[in-house]
Amino acid sequence: MSVEFAGTDRYVATDDLKLAVNAAATLSRPLLIKGEPGTGKTMLAEEVAAGLGKTLHAWHIKSTTKAAQGLYEYDAVSRLRDSQLGDARVHDIGNYIVPGPLWECFTADAQPVLLIDEIDKADVEFPNDLLRELDRMAFDVYETRQTIEARHRPIIIITSNNEKELPDAFLRRCFFHYINFPDKDTMADIVAVHFPDLKKRLLSDALDLFFDIRAVPGIKKKPSTSELIDWLKLLLAEDIPADSLHSTDNDLPPLHGALLKNEQDIHLFERLAFMSRRGRR
Amino acid sequence: MLIDFFYALRDGGLKTSITEYLALLEGLEAHVAGLSIDSFYVLARTCLVKDETHFDRFDRVFAAYFKGIEQVGAEGVAIPDEWLEKLAELDLSEDQKAQIEALGGWDKLMETLEKRLAEQDERHEGSNKWIGTAGRSPFGAYGYNPEGIRIGQDTGRHRRAVKVWEQREYADLADDRELGTRNIQIALRRLRRFAREGAAEELDLDDTIASTARRGGQLDLVYHASRRNALKLLILFDVGGSMDDHVAACEQLFTAARSEFQHLRYYYFHNFIYEAVWDDNKRRRQESLPTTELCRTFGSDYRVLFVGDATMSPYEIAYPGGSVEHWNNEAGATWLTRMREAFPRSVWLNPVPDERWDFTPSIEMTRRLMDDRMYPLTPAGLTEAISALSRPALPSGVGQ
Repeated sequence: MSVEFAGTDRYVATDDLKLAVNAAATLSRPLLIKGEPGTGKTMLAEEVAAGLGKTLHAWHIKSTTKAAQGLYEYDAVSRLRDSQLGDARVHDIGNYIVPGPLWECFTADAQPVLLIDEIDKADVEFPNDLLRELDRMAFDVYETRQTIEARHRPIIIITSNNEKELPDAFLRRCFFHYINFPDKDTMADIVAVHFPDLKKRLLSDALDLFFDIRAVPGIKKKPSTSELIDWLKLLLAEDIPADSLHSTDNDLPPLHGALLKNEQDIHLFERLAFMSRRGRR
Repeated sequence: MLIDFFYALRDGGLKTSITEYLALLEGLEAHVAGLSIDSFYVLARTCLVKDETHFDRFDRVFAAYFKGIEQVGAEGVAIPDEWLEKLAELDLSEDQKAQIEALGGWDKLMETLEKRLAEQDERHEGSNKWIGTAGRSPFGAYGYNPEGIRIGQDTGRHRRAVKVWEQREYADLADDRELGTRNIQIALRRLRRFAREGAAEELDLDDTIASTARRGGQLDLVYHASRRNALKLLILFDVGGSMDDHVAACEQLFTAARSEFQHLRYYYFHNFIYEAVWDDNKRRRQESLPTTELCRTFGSDYRVLFVGDATMSPYEIAYPGGSVEHWNNEAGATWLTRMREAFPRSVWLNPVPDERWDFTPSIEMTRRLMDDRMYPLTPAGLTEAISALSRPALPSGVGQ
């Protein structure tokens, strides 16, 4: 077993996650990652590539993405234009086949990491259309009658935000890991990785406040890890003292815009702060 | 090996397939997990469970199946055969016992187990696979009781798998819905209404040819926006009370709808539509959405499905204050009519079989209020309902 992902100095991976990555890499199965937004799903692929010293091929999925685009695209428009201009290239159809991310992965010299980001954004049939390619690690190019076969089975990481259910047949071929929202201790580790010289008291106060906000019932968009890190960045940049984080005369935490992204949430929070102040009097 | 565990998972309601089971065995053979029960748990879950809502079921089966085994790796203690055997009597069915006999009986199993133990000790020495336990025994912090069930918990940052499955951390993720929603999904697919919306990025071949011809062969490319499903759907579910019998059917509908539509919103109500609905049953008392706001928020281009058995006392529909739960100033019938005015494309799906509708006055009343746009919650009924959704209809009382 050559691969052994152990997190990197910029990314705190839980032991569960490391094991899931290593299992998927060793058995060459795609690894499906789900979890709350902002828990570092997409970053994982980048860090796996960095940690194992492999190149990353990212394929970001949009609602209009078709499975075939991951393999290759036939650029009919260029060919049409070239035929009008009398370009000699036009006689070889191979000149107009544009390789997609999967093709590039399959023909890479060393084992690459392939990220299929936000697979749930695509059409319902999208994952099913990829089954054969992921199973066989090969596909045919109809236009040129070639078969592209993977020279090294890539490590495939797929992320999903759970907007759609994925088909069973697809799930059966994947390994699955759900990234939990980190607990306070893991969160402190994550913050330490990003801000090594953050004052201890500011950090613990900020974390308390952050988890308090997450626990407020009815909040529409719970702040996530990446938002916490942005907020801390701001706090540091503004040099906010730790005391002001739990001062009572302010309705909202300082620089709340980084944490609360929805005006209903801000109103809710103001109301709660008002009520708690009234309750104290 | 682990065949019983595989079947225990399937009995526990997980649709684990043979491929996934074989993947687990392959993983064990490749030693990806080390040999502690913690990493085995993670590996098994990674291979066998593909939906976080099923983690809880997995945890339950895992805990029941591997109860006590966690000590086996701890300090290389000899396993008291009697209590394992006794434990097995408690936990295993007759079938499973027969299967164990077929595998060579307890002695053989114990032998394998001990062999693995020896192996694990070796790996434990110079390997970094043991999680966060440098210099101390992985189970040092734990006490044992005579039956071998661990008490005391480690709450450190190294989240131990043991803790996870015993605390059933994923309990609130389980939605216990049934699978097999394919036929509903296909029925719902008829609801798709494709529209060309958004940026023009697809080559419009017909127009390109026409336009090129018009310009005397000079290539002129014409693009149009790609087709996507633009249908917006709002589903209102009746929950609680008499609806408990129909939970499975509603969940199927919900699962199918969720995977089919991008613009899907859902709310709950109890028995009948009154002045508020809510989207989280746990917090319905604190957070509800006024029905008037619902009508304002969602445009009249939303299709609305009411899903409910409409089985209640007629007072709950016809009179102010008729609700069983709270005082409603206006009658349910008024609210339903308002909803229908706001959303002309609405139908009522009823999980009660339609041959029984005539025997329940409240169903009859609701049906009249819906102007007959009530359909049974079956694939056939759903197909009818969907064709009805394409015809807008204002309530018959409006304008009088």
